[in-house]
Amino acid sequence: MTRLTLITGLIGTVILAALILIALFAQQIAPGDPLQMVGRPLLSPFADPRFPLGTTQLGRDVWAGLVHGARVSLTVSATAAAAVILIGILVGTLSGFLGGYVDDVLMRITEAVQSIPAFLLALALVSVLGASVTSVVVAIALSSWPPSARLVRAEVLRVRTLDYVDAARVAGRSPLAIAFLEVLPGALQPVVALIGITVGEAILVESALAFLGLSDPNLQSWGLMVASGRATLRVAPLLVILPGLAIALASLSVSLAGDALAARLSEGRRA
Amino acid sequence: MLLRFIGNRVWQALPVVLIVAVGVFFLLEMAEGDAVDAYFATTGAGDAGLAAQLREQYGLADSIGTRFLTYMTRLATLDLGYSVAFSRPVTEVIASRLPVTLMLMGTSILVSGSLGVLLGGIASWRRGRPTDAGITVSALVFNAMPGFWLGLLGIILFAVKLRWLPLGGIGTIGADLSGLESLLDTVRHLVLPVMTLAITYLALYVRLMRAAMNEAADSGWALAARARGLPESKIVLRHMARPALLPVVTMLGLKAGAMLGGSVVIETVFAIPGLGRLSYEAVTQRDLPLLAAILLAGTLVVVIVNILIDLFYRKLDPRIADTTG
Repeated sequence: MTRLTLITGLIGTVILAALILIALFAQQIAPGDPLQMVGRPLLSPFADPRFPLGTTQLGRDVWAGLVHGARVSLTVSATAAAAVILIGILVGTLSGFLGGYVDDVLMRITEAVQSIPAFLLALALVSVLGASVTSVVVAIALSSWPPSARLVRAEVLRVRTLDYVDAARVAGRSPLAIAFLEVLPGALQPVVALIGITVGEAILVESALAFLGLSDPNLQSWGLMVASGRATLRVAPLLVILPGLAIALASLSVSLAGDALAARLSEGRRA
Repeated sequence: MLLRFIGNRVWQALPVVLIVAVGVFFLLEMAEGDAVDAYFATTGAGDAGLAAQLREQYGLADSIGTRFLTYMTRLATLDLGYSVAFSRPVTEVIASRLPVTLMLMGTSILVSGSLGVLLGGIASWRRGRPTDAGITVSALVFNAMPGFWLGLLGIILFAVKLRWLPLGGIGTIGADLSGLESLLDTVRHLVLPVMTLAITYLALYVRLMRAAMNEAADSGWALAARARGLPESKIVLRHMARPALLPVVTMLGLKAGAMLGGSVVIETVFAIPGLGRLSYEAVTQRDLPLLAAILLAGTLVVVIVNILIDLFYRKLDPRIADTTG
């Protein structure tokens, strides 16, 4: 691991830890409903000690919105990324281990899904399923699994020719048990490298869907805050700048931490 | 030989397009309500008798199997149905919006790829020095920014504060421009959206180019070229940069779909009347047949861009041109 990766990885991990704490204790840090009108509209930051970052056009506390937005953003993206990787593992393992027709069919489907512009697919899924947190998770999962499936498949293809897998076959274990209990654990390491990228991407997709008004309207999220700040772009640009900064910070910290983790693991493998 | 190559690639792409078409049909089936409900929702009136009659007329009352067959046969003749939101055939609506998006996407791919190659090359050239770290880290930072936000930042800085560039749209409304002036006007309008889209995807290309150039610099062939006394510029351009371009070009193809998806928010932010903004309009007006058709059109664009990129790849890497027909 180079020194640069180490430094950026540390910075990423610290920011990410802070964001997770803020998300966990959102209700303690900024009590109440962040969508409530609590003060005069469009107060600038530091004007009123009760609202350190000012208020929005609708008199909502900006700081409270940012704090509660962390919860939505991190929960949705972590769940969606977990689903993406699970689908990837399932499809990739079956495809790589079974081969033949199953492999052909699954890979054609993977290729097809990968050819659909992912964000368009997510958009269509949310509009069919209705705007809610669950449909956003489902939409991200169903539109972004192909790369992880391909990666897992490639790893499974490599691992399944190793001797210990043959040994398990000779010992008479069932094919599915060999695939998921013997081959898969050996193929998992590169998947770890995917976590950072997948969560970072999911944060961006979630925020873009919320920006377009396709997330739960009863939850304050960063994307939604940017969208409502657009109306007052000329007089209060901070209402757009701050929540966007939060999205970028979250996505960046996750990918920096993920990069460092991946670099560390690949070093461990070489040693 | 070239024609046979293109023919092969189209033949390979057919099952992909077919699977997407089938998937889109079932996606539409998942939605609550059909076109008649959507129609009544827009007109605000209608009775059960009329609804049944309309469903009969448009084949919506048939069984799912029959509807699937009708859908596929109509698709084969490029009949994508009728858009309730725009009161025009879907094909017409899409055809009127596609050129702008193709222009936006094509320029962004070119800008993103060439900037990535340039910056990745510079980073590798200054390997381990502050310039290298600066380029690598800033590319990562831009990659983490949501496109719609970066676009809005560009608007705040360049259109509102500095007044250098227009706020949005693709041409000055009411300005009767011709020839060169009209071209310059379009360029001025496209600078911000293209740069936004290009910069958010830059990191990948910078990273690939940098890694490939580093590898090439350490390789035997660069050393051999140096030993033969070739000028440094020739070594860098012909012996290192050319092979290093290959992974970048592959990635440009893989990311074509992401670029097209990214254009949804970019076109919404900059009020550009393209396919991306159309998909947003289809969602807000609940015009699902239109949305489905956009998915299909988007897939076709991705498939075609990938075939074009494969052609470019063949030009770049003569080893492939020799072996595959």
